[in-house]
Amino acid sequence: MLSHIALLPVLLPLIGAPACAILRRPVFAWGFASSVAALAFLSAAILLKLTFEHGVIHYSLGGWAAPWGIEYRVDLLNALVLLLVSGIATTVLVASRTSVWHDIAENRRGLFYVACLLCLAGMLGIAATGDAFNLFVFLEISSLSTYALVACGRDRRALLAAFNYLVMGTIGATFILIGIGFVYMLTGTLNMTDLAQRLPGLGESRTVFAAYAFIVVGVCLKLALFPLHLWLPGAYTHAPAIVTAFLAATSTKVALYVLIRFSFSVFHLESSRLALSLEAVFITLGIVAVFAGSLVAIFADNLKRGLAWSSIAQVGYMTIGIGIGTAAGLQASLIHLFNHALMKGTLFLALAAIAIQVGGNEFSKLRGIGRRMPWSCAAFTVAGISLIGIPGTAGFVSKWYLVTAALAGEQWFLVLLIVAGSLLTAVYIWRFVEIAWLDSAPEKATGGDGEAPSVLLAATLMLALANIYFGFDTRLQVSASGGAAAALLGEAAQ
Amino acid sequence: MELLVNIVLLILLVATAGALVVVRGLLASTMLTSVYGLLCASFFVTMDAVDVAFTEAAVGAGVSPLLLLLTVAAIGRGEPRPVGALPVLAIVLVPVTAALLIIGTLDMPPFGSPDAPAHTHVAPRYLQLSGEEIGIPNVVTSVLASYRAFDTLGEVLVIFTAGVAVLLILATPGQRGSARPRYVPDNHRDPHTILQIVSRILIPFILLFALYVQFHGEYGPGGGFQAGVIFASAIILYGLLYGLPTVCRVVRPAVVEWLSAVGVLIFGITGVFAMLSGRPFLDYSVFADDPVTAQHIGILVVELGVGITVASVITVIYYAFANQFETAES
Repeated sequence: MLSHIALLPVLLPLIGAPACAILRRPVFAWGFASSVAALAFLSAAILLKLTFEHGVIHYSLGGWAAPWGIEYRVDLLNALVLLLVSGIATTVLVASRTSVWHDIAENRRGLFYVACLLCLAGMLGIAATGDAFNLFVFLEISSLSTYALVACGRDRRALLAAFNYLVMGTIGATFILIGIGFVYMLTGTLNMTDLAQRLPGLGESRTVFAAYAFIVVGVCLKLALFPLHLWLPGAYTHAPAIVTAFLAATSTKVALYVLIRFSFSVFHLESSRLALSLEAVFITLGIVAVFAGSLVAIFADNLKRGLAWSSIAQVGYMTIGIGIGTAAGLQASLIHLFNHALMKGTLFLALAAIAIQVGGNEFSKLRGIGRRMPWSCAAFTVAGISLIGIPGTAGFVSKWYLVTAALAGEQWFLVLLIVAGSLLTAVYIWRFVEIAWLDSAPEKATGGDGEAPSVLLAATLMLALANIYFGFDTRLQVSASGGAAAALLGEAAQ
Repeated sequence: MELLVNIVLLILLVATAGALVVVRGLLASTMLTSVYGLLCASFFVTMDAVDVAFTEAAVGAGVSPLLLLLTVAAIGRGEPRPVGALPVLAIVLVPVTAALLIIGTLDMPPFGSPDAPAHTHVAPRYLQLSGEEIGIPNVVTSVLASYRAFDTLGEVLVIFTAGVAVLLILATPGQRGSARPRYVPDNHRDPHTILQIVSRILIPFILLFALYVQFHGEYGPGGGFQAGVIFASAIILYGLLYGLPTVCRVVRPAVVEWLSAVGVLIFGITGVFAMLSGRPFLDYSVFADDPVTAQHIGILVVELGVGITVASVITVIYYAFANQFETAES
């Protein structure tokens, strides 16, 4: 089975989803989906270890060699994203039971887990494949299932949010497809490695330019990069709590991966004339995203909506890293991709726990919540500190590498803005701390009181501890992202 | 001649798209969508993509307008006038996108040129070697079901996802399982006697044609996607004329839901067989000693899986929408 290790993380949820649909009882569906995700995580972990030891792993699906058949080509970057997505999925799915039973009607629960597995299969498929069209197919799987998952939210506004997301997401997917169609027409191939070899021969073709433009805009819609973020706050706010935790920690990360893969491995952003102007665009949009997202987050009435805006801001940091354009910048971007998934996973899982107890995430319901749910709120606070970037947490590592990359490029102004962005983050995290811990609880507590259900709480605490652990032991994300960034720019320099 | 046909079709396509934007009223929009689907299908035929045209004609011109019609029937056909300011951003963005598309065409290889990269790099191998390697005359099927079978598995999963999504969203509270129609006798509707009799004659032929398309996909245009759509359209036709409760008694919703997952599993497990023998996923060579026979077996089985899932999912989606309509009506 070890020779199939490159395929296993994708194959398990891919076959697991229809198998899960046959299971009737929701409890079985939950157990089955969690185990499938755990197995996918295990194989992704082995895969990452193998890519560290042996470098790139190739796998020809159907036994047909690339470019005639579809090839999986897993390098450090792929393996890191696979590990991250499957790890978050495992944690969230295992923790999901009480929250899903709270949010979702009985007759939908079984299918809900089928949709979760489909979404997981889609995202892992995107992260593993070396074929541009195969990537699009799996993008469709993950997008469609995401729209359905968002629409499962408790109140009817979820339907409108899902519809908005569907319209924007479909435009994004269509743009990506147009781009892929253009490059196929120019090169006659869909394999990414083959594309990378054949595209430079075309010189400064306007069709290549248009293809890249369509792909970048399409991916940035999925990534929710400012100003293409309009779908995100609604979708994250109204989706079921578990779905938000899952998506916030994975889907934008996969989109960022796609952006990096197409920019550096397929189109050679580095050696292109476009590079300079595009880098400026990424940095500018990133900075605007950081400030706009954080400012809206500060004034949000609903903590879940606030954190959704915070995600828009954090995406900004990641694109700033790409925009710096050096290996260090790219590495910072990838480190933040990894760390941000841990932070937002913790934050939204804690919110899921709070939502079960008090029936919502509005600030008005959160007064004194820290006394009633000390552990969940402690996990939230730890992840919040990590989001700000205080030393001793994973977030600090992100900011450190980003600032170092900016300093190396002598972009002082950028450093200043990054630090200022952190201060804004501190404001909205402090707002939670103040309301949750320092305010006295209302006389008549709304809803049930007491701590979150134990499994959900354990998962939240585990992710919170991961925020601290990866703040000290940075070997995994730093060496993987360092190797990935070097490989990406090395490829581009050829 | 072909140029003339293309020009006429394109003009009609643009006119339909324009009319779709301008027209008010959901019923008219739905019918125009259907027209648009039919024009697309014709366009695919002139481009020799008969396999795609098949599906587009059934889905684009038939099934999806039907689903829209069921929705319109449930929510009413009026369309409120848009309120608020002009969508300035959209008015700016659409021409920009169009300009980018036109820029994209500037350095394209000429349409239909035999020297175009799409015809000189990967495709020639399919054309020259698929006869030896796979041994079936329809190269499209060779690419779809063997060379790029993993994409096809992904597409089947997309269709399965669509079914799951519809059931998840349209699930009616209180019902076990999912959006299943209630079994009530259908007595509030006028019987369409003539249509019922004609359809009773037609349906066996439609079903038979679906099976032909399913199993003839190796030799001519067709295969699981097309066959599944045609098969489902026969069921839908029956449902339209005899009422939802009747068709549900013939084709049980629970069974169809189950089959939609089974089709994907057939495809997937076919692929896993190869892995058990140490070959890559979806390598059909394990099914027989002779590689060409092995390919035949593999393609037949996976196409069957495709057909089952496509037919079931479209039926499931139709049931879910029709159920909404019946609920809204009563």
